[in-house]
Amino acid sequence: MNQDIHEYLAELEDIPGTRVFTARRARQGYHLNQFAMSLMKPENRERWKADERAYLDEWPMSEEQKQAVLARDYNRCLDLGGNVYFLAKVFSTDGLSFAEAVSTMTDMTFPEYREMMLNGGRSAEGNRSIKANRAAAGAADQQGGY
Amino acid sequence: MARITAGVGSSHVPLLGVAVDQGKTGDDYFGPIFAGYEWTREWEKREKPDVVILVYNDHASAFDASIIPTFAIGCGERYKPADEGWGPRAVPDVEGHADLAWHIAQSLILDDFDMTIINEMDVDHGLTVPLSMMFGQPEAWPTKVIPLAVNVVTYPVPSGNRCWALGEGIARAVASFPEDLNVQIWGTGGMSHQLQGPRAGLLNREWDTKFMDLLVGDSQAARAIPHIEYLRETGSEGIEMVMWLIMRGALGRETKLLHRHYHIPCSNTAIGHIVLDPAE
Ligand SMILES: [Fe+2]
Repeated sequence: MNQDIHEYLAELEDIPGTRVFTARRARQGYHLNQFAMSLMKPENRERWKADERAYLDEWPMSEEQKQAVLARDYNRCLDLGGNVYFLAKVFSTDGLSFAEAVSTMTDMTFPEYREMMLNGGRSAEGNRSIKANRAAAGAADQQGGY
Repeated sequence: MARITAGVGSSHVPLLGVAVDQGKTGDDYFGPIFAGYEWTREWEKREKPDVVILVYNDHASAFDASIIPTFAIGCGERYKPADEGWGPRAVPDVEGHADLAWHIAQSLILDDFDMTIINEMDVDHGLTVPLSMMFGQPEAWPTKVIPLAVNVVTYPVPSGNRCWALGEGIARAVASFPEDLNVQIWGTGGMSHQLQGPRAGLLNREWDTKFMDLLVGDSQAARAIPHIEYLRETGSEGIEMVMWLIMRGALGRETKLLHRHYHIPCSNTAIGHIVLDPAE
């Protein structure tokens, strides 16, 4: 099971619409995730709700991270090192269910997302590899050219 | 002598705990899921395990980002249900088995597995939901529990092969414990699901079915499944299924299928569970 670490990490970046929580993201998002974790305590939730910006300013987070949290832009939070189990403390505090919060990261409304799940979920077909999708798109373009 | 008498693989979706706690287990949405567990609940009533080694992962409840143990074993006397942000579940405290847990911890370390030892922690839905699925709503859980927490969140998580080998080590450790105990091992989490990003909502019935097939009989093929395959085929959170391989590894060379069930969806997730006997 000896795999080259560079190949291993490169593969993790080849999945469409997915940010695997690698060490790089864990480092980048450390304070973002620890901030989110702090909302586990009711007294912190109260202070957060009273003044979100002031609460965020207590944490050594980047301005981008703070803006992403304030906007509840969870894809942006993931890009900046957030992890969904930590971010869950933010959307739970907002009173959102896991499924509803997750749906905001897709291109669907919550009812559309729920419908997709009831119908068997999103297929892995065409969602496995960025490289493979690019190659397939390239091949299709070429075919169209002939 | 203590012995591992059976293994269970099961999803641990938090919404199932909500369904139990709010009495919704018979409604249209949850009914088919709980019906699938009925056989297993009856079977557990007959089996009466003394101890369950419960392999699960913490979801930013007991552990924050400051310490990330790859394999951690609970050696405490008891554990409280965690407050996951909306108050702790109204389920009984979990009673540990400190003697057996410390015996396993020591044995594993001597067997080259560098375990983290936990004396105090709260346990989240990863651990309490499977208990609810197998035992319903008793006054007290009918078994002692040894929590075994695995990092399946921050990469690299342990390989399937390492998980399987840890299971083998746990089986050796249990077999050398002098007290006569009926021990089960449960691997929890999964099955296919992705909770993040534009690809969220991915489910893969075909792959999940194949994975369950691989746990029955004498095949060792599942231990070689690389992380990237779980990620591509089962969504970013499907990686939790490596925890089922700790259970499978602990059952020895060959297993016999007692029961399996699969249902889509529960919230964002494919629900599956399997009950296995070690075939001796
Ligand atoms: Fe989980």
